Amino acid sequence: MTETALKAPFPGVFYRSPSPDDAPFLEEGQAITAGDTIGLLEVMKQFSEIPAEVSGTVVRFVVEDEAVVEAGQTLLIVASDE
Amino acid sequence: MHIEILKPGLATTVQDLGRQGNYHLGIPPSGGMDLASVKTANWLVGNDEDAAVLECSLMGPTLRFATGCLVAACGADMAPLVDGQPRAINTAFCVPEGSELSFGFVRDGARLYLAVAGGIDVPHQLGSRSTYTLGRLGGVEGRPLKAEDRLPLAQPQRNVPEGRTLPHNDCRFFGKSHELRVVTGLYEHRVMPESIEQFYSETWSVASEADRIGYRLKGGSALTFKEREPPFGAGSDPSNIVDACYPVGSIQVPSGSEPIILHRDAVSGGGYATIATVISADMNRVGQMQPHHQVHFTRVSMEEALQARREEQKRLERLKCLLIG
Repeated sequence: MTETALKAPFPGVFYRSPSPDDAPFLEEGQAITAGDTIGLLEVMKQFSEIPAEVSGTVVRFVVEDEAVVEAGQTLLIVASDE
Repeated sequence: MHIEILKPGLATTVQDLGRQGNYHLGIPPSGGMDLASVKTANWLVGNDEDAAVLECSLMGPTLRFATGCLVAACGADMAPLVDGQPRAINTAFCVPEGSELSFGFVRDGARLYLAVAGGIDVPHQLGSRSTYTLGRLGGVEGRPLKAEDRLPLAQPQRNVPEGRTLPHNDCRFFGKSHELRVVTGLYEHRVMPESIEQFYSETWSVASEADRIGYRLKGGSALTFKEREPPFGAGSDPSNIVDACYPVGSIQVPSGSEPIILHRDAVSGGGYATIATVISADMNRVGQMQPHHQVHFTRVSMEEALQARREEQKRLERLKCLLIG
């Protein structure tokens, strides 16, 4: 197993769900495929879907929903079997 | 001769020094938010200062160069990568034919300016190549770049070697906390004196919606305006005035709650009281503020504002002499 940190590609506010009334894109323990959306990052009036760079299982979220994040800050940890 | 966009980044636009002389018709200057970085990047690759560059906000694009080119990146610190190999910012370097140029995470500042020898050769519109997205004017179809766009390049203007770099003192570090100098605005008299004092004493935070049109700030106390009967033509909100011109850099506070610093894509006028204006020497810094950075305003006199402008012009003249003679 290798653990990969998925990082914010740019600064902004990180949202775990597509809208306040929806369930989160991902829960801890869930399997993901590279390209799946891990959350939204809001900046400059744009909401951008952030894709996972690797496939695996979500180990844990490192930041809370609606956290202010910097570029390069770890959002969540994914475990992959390689 | 062209560059192909593989990934556009977050909001990458073609910009030059902007289009002047149409603000009275409602068309703002546009152009690079940090014009000092537009100029220095151009000079490093031997361009005139008004050649068109790419303004890359908060996240850099991935580009493929169909022809080998001398390039330079100034402004925000995002490590340039040529086929994955790091290059320095504030330094001219070659991207070989067929190579890819991408960028690392932004470590400082908000906007990186990428100059390419010869400049980006999109058509002039109203005298400038700058993109004004709200007006669908300039750049590539008046919009931010997207994947598969191709940017034509003009012939290099001067042959300069790679490896030329800015003097150490001119490599700017912006940090996360910004002191902005302002002069008194036309409508400061509409605000209660103690409320104005509070405005200058507090620390504000850049809102995530800050963009090329305006920088919204949060976190300080709401302003209180003086009681009045709204004059004919003014709205009933105490922050309203009879419509007036908005200088670039002016600060308005709709309903007294969140100040907005207008920048180079702003509307030219409207009905909000402008309480102060950021001095021109500090407008480049505004363009390098990231969301959630801290801002503090300092009042200066017109003489101090003009002196700061002269000093910045002198600094840039010196760099110009050094880099393109």
